[in-house]
Amino acid sequence: MPKPILTIKNLTKTYGQNVIFQNLDLTVNEGDTIVIIGPSGTGKSTLLRCVNLLTRPNEGQIWLDDLEITAKGTDEDQVRQHIGMVFQNFLLFNHLTALGNVKLGLTRVKHLSDEEATEKALHELSRVGLADRADHYPGQLSGGQQQRVGIARALAMDPRVMLFDEPTSALDPELIGEVLEVMRKLALDGMTMLVVTHEMGFAREVADRIVFMEKGYIVEEGSPDEMFNHPKFDRTREFLWKITELYGKKEKEAE
Amino acid sequence: MDFGQFLSYIASGTVYTVGVTLIALPAGLLIGTILALFYVYGGKAAARVMNLYSTIFRGIPPVVLLFILFFAVSKGINLSAFWAGSLSLGVVSSAYQMEIVRGALLSVSGDQLMAARAVGLSRMQAIRYVVLPQAVRLAIPPWSNEAAIVIKDSSLVYALGVPEILRRAQLIGASSQQYLLAYLSAAVIYFLLVSLTTRMLNHLEQKLSIPSNP
Amino acid sequence: MLTWLGYFERFGKNFLRGAGVTLELTAVGLAIGFVLGLMLALARSYGPKWLQRAAAAYIAVFRGTPLLVQLFIIYYGLPELGIAFSQNVAAYLALGLNSAAYQAEYLRGSINAIGAAQMEAGRSIGLSKWQAIGYVILPQALRLALPSWSNEPISLLKTTAIVFLIAVQDLMAEGKRAATTTFDFVGIYLAVAVVYLVMVFALDALLKFLERKTKIPGMDIETRR
Repeated sequence: MPKPILTIKNLTKTYGQNVIFQNLDLTVNEGDTIVIIGPSGTGKSTLLRCVNLLTRPNEGQIWLDDLEITAKGTDEDQVRQHIGMVFQNFLLFNHLTALGNVKLGLTRVKHLSDEEATEKALHELSRVGLADRADHYPGQLSGGQQQRVGIARALAMDPRVMLFDEPTSALDPELIGEVLEVMRKLALDGMTMLVVTHEMGFAREVADRIVFMEKGYIVEEGSPDEMFNHPKFDRTREFLWKITELYGKKEKEAE
Repeated sequence: MDFGQFLSYIASGTVYTVGVTLIALPAGLLIGTILALFYVYGGKAAARVMNLYSTIFRGIPPVVLLFILFFAVSKGINLSAFWAGSLSLGVVSSAYQMEIVRGALLSVSGDQLMAARAVGLSRMQAIRYVVLPQAVRLAIPPWSNEAAIVIKDSSLVYALGVPEILRRAQLIGASSQQYLLAYLSAAVIYFLLVSLTTRMLNHLEQKLSIPSNP
Repeated sequence: MLTWLGYFERFGKNFLRGAGVTLELTAVGLAIGFVLGLMLALARSYGPKWLQRAAAAYIAVFRGTPLLVQLFIIYYGLPELGIAFSQNVAAYLALGLNSAAYQAEYLRGSINAIGAAQMEAGRSIGLSKWQAIGYVILPQALRLALPSWSNEPISLLKTTAIVFLIAVQDLMAEGKRAATTTFDFVGIYLAVAVVYLVMVFALDALLKFLERKTKIPGMDIETRR
């Protein structure tokens, strides 16, 4: 019996008159990699922000393991420790080195000693292949390196689940590969991941399930084989055709 | 009296000028920073109050505000002209320094705050460890400008009878009937103080700048 | 509170007269400062090396010393060289010479923002250097400088409040006189502050209005603070 780590029920988010998404249900089981795809502006990023309590849903519930994190009086900071988040534009702390970025949560939130934090942070940096860049500042790193530091920063907190918000969209094409490689390795290591991305190659190869969202609704979800080869809905087929066509071209050009 | 004595009499006012500045500037920074934190993170009501403070205090000529505060303080507590003048000048500067700190806080984008919260830092921790260290660096150039203004404005306490550079220049000018020389000497000393301060803060800015490869 | 409001009735005429002098000081200082500031900015950007250096030194000296000291040099110091001015003229000069240094910096900022490319474009159609400055650079630079320049009138208005120290009969001098008759220094200077605030806000509104009127679509410059 798979154990659900993240359970989303009936989730609705609106900004004024704008409905971002409505009555959303989603379950993420332990060790699963779920990839959310869909046109931009369909509320995928907002969904991740809701899960991390960076924004509050209007209705519905979210459970992390057995804890309802949307309940009133939840300690948000406590919850966020257990949910790692990787941002589209990295959002490294500009005034701290790579090591400092990874250490900050360890010393200030987990209250590790400086030595423990350094050791742990170096370990996480080496997991993403950047141990030799520990003393570099964000401004001295490439985009791909910055994003890998961002991943290490989130990993260092030993999260139950990792959220990726279009982690490669802001990267030059030649830097995307190194980030996807790190994510692939994480998935193989059994990390539970919820990924918003347009990288269809990654989705096809790594995802346990693919969720197709459009206009605030989940249109269809299934295994990569089901979604790519036998989608139930025309809209899914259309979107996938468009995006693989487009991205396929780009990939060929890049070669 | 030779020129050496003449000059050293005026220059000895530097102690007071520097003293006034070293009280007014940090006092203004302390008040300004606290108010800026309220302005940016204190919700709408606080922001409105702070905006009012800023608009009114920056709308009144410094010398007028200095006189109001000086006489109000002197009425309440028995303070020397030096202390009352310095602290009043600090309050005058606080509104300007609040705007400097606020500008710096706002230009460290909300994204940095969000990223810090995502790691699990509390709001206070995020402000303390992520926003402020970056804001301080951004604030140095405009703050350097404000420091120069406070040094120059410290000459206003001359009107309160504090024996600073300008006051001494006036006194010795009167006794020697050499006003031009006296005030020119004062100008040179002020100029050196302002240049030195600006240069030191430039140096600090470079020292604190975050390395990056363009 | 009632006594305080009474001050406006009792000293209203004096305050208004003083405010008139304050506005006059602001206007004259601004005008002198603009003409001289424009010359300084042009000298700094397009003059021969020695003139560039002289302009830079002027700006540094006048920005690096207190206006009060400049005022005292002009009013008390220069007569020793046989150059004597009335209080008001000394105040006009000090305010104007001082403001010129700041206005020059605003203008220089926008001249630099217009950039060498516009100069090249002007020269490429056969304009001389000074023609290009007059017909291409300045028309753009002046408009571009307006948002940051519009700080100067307000800043100068507030700055004028120190000239009562050489006994110019401005608003602050009227305040001081009223204070010494009532002995309510705090109350009187508060009333004076209110009059200054009204003038500052009115001037601010006027400048914002002018800025909107003269805005060229798509032309903007970022200003700090």
